[in-house]
Amino acid sequence: MASDELFTSGHRGCAGCGMAAAVRMVLQEAGPNTIVANATGCLEVMTTAYPETAWKIPWIHAAFENAAAVASGIDVALKKLGKREGINILAFGGDGGTYDIGFQALSGMLERGHNITYVVFDNEAYMNTGIQRCSSTPFAASTTTSPAGKFSIGKKEKKKPIASIVAAHDIAYTATATIANYRDLKKKVRKALDAEGPSFIQIFSPCPTGWRYPSELTVELSRMAVETGIFVLWELEGSDMNKIKVTYWPKERKPVEEYLKMQRRFAHLFKPEKKTDILNKIQEEVDEKWKHLEELNEMAR
Amino acid sequence: MDKVNIGAVITTPGSALNYKTGSWRTLKPVLDEAKCKFCNICWQLCPDSAIEQADAKAKKPIKIDYDYCKGCGICVQECPFNALEMVEEEK
Repeated sequence: MASDELFTSGHRGCAGCGMAAAVRMVLQEAGPNTIVANATGCLEVMTTAYPETAWKIPWIHAAFENAAAVASGIDVALKKLGKREGINILAFGGDGGTYDIGFQALSGMLERGHNITYVVFDNEAYMNTGIQRCSSTPFAASTTTSPAGKFSIGKKEKKKPIASIVAAHDIAYTATATIANYRDLKKKVRKALDAEGPSFIQIFSPCPTGWRYPSELTVELSRMAVETGIFVLWELEGSDMNKIKVTYWPKERKPVEEYLKMQRRFAHLFKPEKKTDILNKIQEEVDEKWKHLEELNEMAR
Repeated sequence: MDKVNIGAVITTPGSALNYKTGSWRTLKPVLDEAKCKFCNICWQLCPDSAIEQADAKAKKPIKIDYDYCKGCGICVQECPFNALEMVEEEK
């Protein structure tokens, strides 16, 4: 174990946890002068099995809904004490604590303009409590509360575009990232920390337990999500979505099928027979999204 | 544990190191030192901080910390030089 690691070994995350790798990367960039407010979720549970902690920086567990509010309080308190200079304040949440339960606290933090970087580790369902669907869960994914079966194709609704919604608050910096593109991820963490005002990073965090794939494929799935165009790597200053900058353009987008078939949460789309209509629908939506991004890119030239 | 701090505050940073997750493993990654090119990609991607960094200057390859390695296999999957291999864990 490297002694300068701020997120230590011995945490109880599942083997192959995508979020754990992402947390390490974020903290390597943020450094020791960092305070983290953490929403309830996998990250909180797996890192602080009492009386132990995997954190080497000041860390506070908030409730499920208020990581952003607690981080806001830390910001104001340190200012009042005259100790705000040189300290990074981060708020960490899972998708449940960000998209759903902590959304109003997050919105308030953004609106008040706190100089905080909020990071959502997005594994697309409530994994800590047993894989329940979330507004982050993608269309057609099978979860315990949107199970695929004879009369169901899995989740009926689309994934909520959290980063765009956050950016609409007209904050300093918004970005999306994956661990497969870790240089890009760290660069974005740096930009977020240096930004004056609220910043937000959505980190795509594959979950072997909830997505049901072999643990060694966590990074490969991050890569495939990007290469198929399902997950777009982008960044934006301010709120004008016409100005988003795509930070990675796949040379030739792979068919979404290649990403979906790696995970058992989508197994029902391939057997007993292939659900071509559903697969086409997912592909068409991705194609539509990229057509729009390419048009924006053309306009920006 | 005899006494709980007020607010159950934990005052020892990084104390999770006391808990050795290596016993979770059923398969383990093994390095062929001659093949390690010191790129540190495995170190960067390990979810458990269970890989010691390689040092290109000193020609020192990466080192796996089996006290904590959970055997997820990401390092083996992602090594560009096939320097790592998954083998059955011994008893």
